[in-house]
Amino acid sequence: MSLLAIPRMALVACALLFVIPLIVPGWIMFVLTKALFMFIGVLGVAVLLRGGLLTFGHALFYATGAYTVGFCVKWTGVHELLLLIPLGALAGFIMAVLVGLIMARYREVFFAMLNLAFSMILFGALLKFYWVTGGTDGLATGTATLLGNPLLAGSFGYYYFTLAVAGVVTFVVYRYMASPIGYFLRAVYDNEIRIEYSGMAVRQVVYRTFILAGTLGGVSGVMAAFTIGHIVPEDAFWIQSGEFVFMALLGGFGGLPGPLMGAIAFEFIQTYASKYFPLAWQMTLGIIMLGIILFQPGGLWAMYQSAVKWIGRGGRGGEQS
Amino acid sequence: MANNPENSFVLRTKDVFLSFGAVTAADNLNIEVSAGELVGIVGANGSGKTTFLNLITGYLKPEHGSILVMGQETTGMPPRLVTKLGVARSFQVPQLYTNLSVHESMLLSLAAESGKGGGFWKPLHRDPWEQQGMETLERFGLETYADRPVSELPGGGRKLLDIALSFALKPKLLLMDEPTSGVSVENKFQVMDTLVNVLKESDITTIFVEHDMEVVQRYGRRVLAFDNGSVIADGEPEHVLADPEVRTAVLGRV
Repeated sequence: MSLLAIPRMALVACALLFVIPLIVPGWIMFVLTKALFMFIGVLGVAVLLRGGLLTFGHALFYATGAYTVGFCVKWTGVHELLLLIPLGALAGFIMAVLVGLIMARYREVFFAMLNLAFSMILFGALLKFYWVTGGTDGLATGTATLLGNPLLAGSFGYYYFTLAVAGVVTFVVYRYMASPIGYFLRAVYDNEIRIEYSGMAVRQVVYRTFILAGTLGGVSGVMAAFTIGHIVPEDAFWIQSGEFVFMALLGGFGGLPGPLMGAIAFEFIQTYASKYFPLAWQMTLGIIMLGIILFQPGGLWAMYQSAVKWIGRGGRGGEQS
Repeated sequence: MANNPENSFVLRTKDVFLSFGAVTAADNLNIEVSAGELVGIVGANGSGKTTFLNLITGYLKPEHGSILVMGQETTGMPPRLVTKLGVARSFQVPQLYTNLSVHESMLLSLAAESGKGGGFWKPLHRDPWEQQGMETLERFGLETYADRPVSELPGGGRKLLDIALSFALKPKLLLMDEPTSGVSVENKFQVMDTLVNVLKESDITTIFVEHDMEVVQRYGRRVLAFDNGSVIADGEPEHVLADPEVRTAVLGRV
């Protein structure tokens, strides 16, 4: 049922995201651009969560994508988005193929922490090999180009390009989740014994999903590198991974709109909270997360669905026959 | 190959032995099951009935001995590979996807059976699986629950779905662990009637473990009685269940 609702929701979301930048100030468009590339990464975390697989190390792939851009710019001077996005995706893919060989064997807290361990190894390497990575100074990425034409972060063109990338990624994830392996992934959360006794390898389901999530992380990192214009080792740090999980929980991972809602809400909460409560903006995030977990564990997407049902009942409580 | 005597049996165990510490769960089991048989297994708690199913499906490995399915050695294979060879099983406690719908669960079995369970682009909800899924649910009398979450199924329905998910894998050998446990007294014969009718139509070789002597007597065409990991009787239900040794071992009285 919810799967059928997604395409309609996706169209509404696309229409809104297409129109809003035309009527809001430029800085809001920049926040939305940031939310869109974060959304691509959050989708990976959310897809894994559908299988009950919590990861605290998704920044590993995000940083892999970002540093792919950094190294390409540094060594080759290439800024082309149509080249670097597939390259960043490939880097995330290869990283996930390698790390996933170990990850797919573990579940629950070990899965979460093992991924964190890998991301912290990358963080350490990015700091230590400063003659290559720029160390704590990081690397500047400059301005992206699209078919050789400069595409300035913060411009309409850049925003709509990010929106298009997010749209393509969402479609791929939608197809994945509606496919047999997408349903087997949900079943991993439910009953691994029944999957094995169906002749399917649970480890393959987890491994392939992990690779998908890693690839998405790579794409997210590429877009982040050009949007922010500068990459640092903190892109692989556990706080970055925590933000991905925060956004997934904030928006909810029961459907694809959740991660988008989570990423947008997070970016705006962060922007406004740091403006109005500069010394307590993390506390604001904490209070919001507390509220979500206590009162609406399904996140903003579930809140929206409840509201639609409530309106459908004419604003009355209780079950209607 | 066709004349190989190993191939005439759907299942053959040779000197299969397994112990858990001082307890012998399978004591040199030599069991042969031919195509089309419906075999009931009886025995007291701890007599080795479920261990036998776990050994056949690869969940447990024997300390020695060998297990052959359709003439192929399966000893030491994991459950996933044994399943692929045509052995499906249901469980004493149904193993279901509680967050999926009944129909979606069925579609997953059909996708796995077709070898396309790892497909990541074409949707799960597609023909011929949609149609086959509904047909299978109808055969098991579960069609009214098709769109309901598995978690909403009653006890008997859960048992039937667990078996239907195994049946959808088109097995050559179906193993059922206590198909009527947890089913109300009024419904147990209804559940078994449904199962036996479906199995008869499909000509699937079936082994079922059962505590309920009435059920075994009524539905089994051959009965194996287990005690301390050994088969103490093997034959037609009326003979095996009348055997004083079996009655003492299974019921605790003659």
